[in-house]
Amino acid sequence: MAVEVRIPTVFRKLTSGESRAAVQPGTIGDLISQLDARYPGFQSQVLAEGGSLHRFVNVYLNDEDVRYLDGLETRAGEGDTVSLLPSVAGGA
Amino acid sequence: MKYKSILDSIGHTPLIEVPSLSPVEDVRLWVKLEGQNPTGSLKDRIALALIEDGEASGALTKDKVILEPTSGNTGIALAMVASTRGYRFTAVMPDNASSERIRLLEAYGAEIVFSEGAKGTNGSVARALEMARDDRYYMPFQYGNQANVQAHYRGTGQEILDDLPEIKAFVAGLGTGGTLTGVGRRLKEHDPSIKIVAAEPELGELVYGLRSLDEGYTPPIFDPDILDGKIKVRARESIVWTRALLQKEGIFAGISAGAVIWVAQRVAERLSSDGGGDIVCLLPDGGWKYLSTEAWTQDIDTAESQVEEVLWW
Repeated sequence: MAVEVRIPTVFRKLTSGESRAAVQPGTIGDLISQLDARYPGFQSQVLAEGGSLHRFVNVYLNDEDVRYLDGLETRAGEGDTVSLLPSVAGGA
Repeated sequence: MKYKSILDSIGHTPLIEVPSLSPVEDVRLWVKLEGQNPTGSLKDRIALALIEDGEASGALTKDKVILEPTSGNTGIALAMVASTRGYRFTAVMPDNASSERIRLLEAYGAEIVFSEGAKGTNGSVARALEMARDDRYYMPFQYGNQANVQAHYRGTGQEILDDLPEIKAFVAGLGTGGTLTGVGRRLKEHDPSIKIVAAEPELGELVYGLRSLDEGYTPPIFDPDILDGKIKVRARESIVWTRALLQKEGIFAGISAGAVIWVAQRVAERLSSDGGGDIVCLLPDGGWKYLSTEAWTQDIDTAESQVEEVLWW
C-alpha cells in the first residue's frame, strides 16, 4: 500500500487533471519531491522560496494540519492520506 | 438577572458538562453555549466591541454606514448593535447563506449585498474591501481588527477561567481566528500548558477550486502560533455530532458545533494518555438558523448534501 495524495483543483494543471496520486511512504518533504519528479514544477508551487510551505497552502496528514505536527518532516506511512488545500477565509 | 439594555446581557454564557459525549472516563467535556447571547451567537461579543472601538477612535460617526463581510452571525450581531445605537448597517454575504440568516438580517433592518456563493467568505471579504473605499462606509473588519481578539481575551477567555481554572484544553472553530487567538492568549497566560486546538471546516471542492493561490487568505488577527493543533472536519462528521449533542444532551446547537465536538473526541483521547482533565468546547451558535438544511431530520446522506449546499461555517 502506498500513500494517497489528494491534489486540489488549483494544482491540477500540473498533474494533467489528476486529483489523486499514489506515492511511496516518507516525509511530507519526500512526498512533494516524488510528485515534483512526476509533475515538473509541482514543488515550486507548493513550497515558498527558502523551502518552507507556501503560506496559503495547508497540508494535512489524514485530517491534521502538518504545521502542528512536524511540518515537512512529518512522516506519512502506508495507508495514510495526505491532502493539500488552499487556505480560505473562515465563516464569521 | 436584570439588565439596563440588551447589550448589557451579552456574554456570561453557561458552561455545561456533557458527560455522555466524552470518549474516555478521565476526561470531562464542557460546552460553552454562545447561542445564549441576544442574537443567538458568540458574535454579539465582537459586534459590540467593534462598534465601541470605532466610536472610541472617532472613525465611526453617526453619518457613516457600517459595512462588514460576513457569512451571517457577525452580520446579525452588528445589525442588532447598530440599530440599538442608531447606525445603518450593510452586510456583504455569500448568496448561499441559509435563508434564516438572510431573514434575520432583514428583520434587524440590515441592507444586504450578496457576493458569489461559490467564492465563499473570501468573495465577501474581497467585495467588502472594494466597497469600503467609499468613505460613506465605516468597516470594522472583524478579520483584521484587534477589538475582535480583545473581546475574547477579556470576555470569553476570562469567563472560562472563572468557571474552570483547571482547564487542560480548549477547542473552537476557525473563522476569523479571533476566538482562538483571544481565548488562547488568555488561557496560556494562566497556564502555558493548556492546549488550544482548532476545528477547521473542509468545504466543498467548488469553494477551493475557483481560486488561485494568490487569492489565499489568512485573517490578519489570527495568530497561528497560539495553536497546538488544527484538525479539518467534513460536513458529515459535523452533522453526526451536532445530532449527538441534541439527542444525548438536549443541546440544540449550530452545525459547526458538531465539528468542535468531533475534534474534542481526538483531543480527549490524547489528554487521557497524558493524565486526563477538563476540555472546554466553544459552541458558537444555536441550531435555529440551520433548520432549513434539515440537518436533524433527514437521513445522513441527504442531510450532508443539503448542508454542503449552504454555508454551514
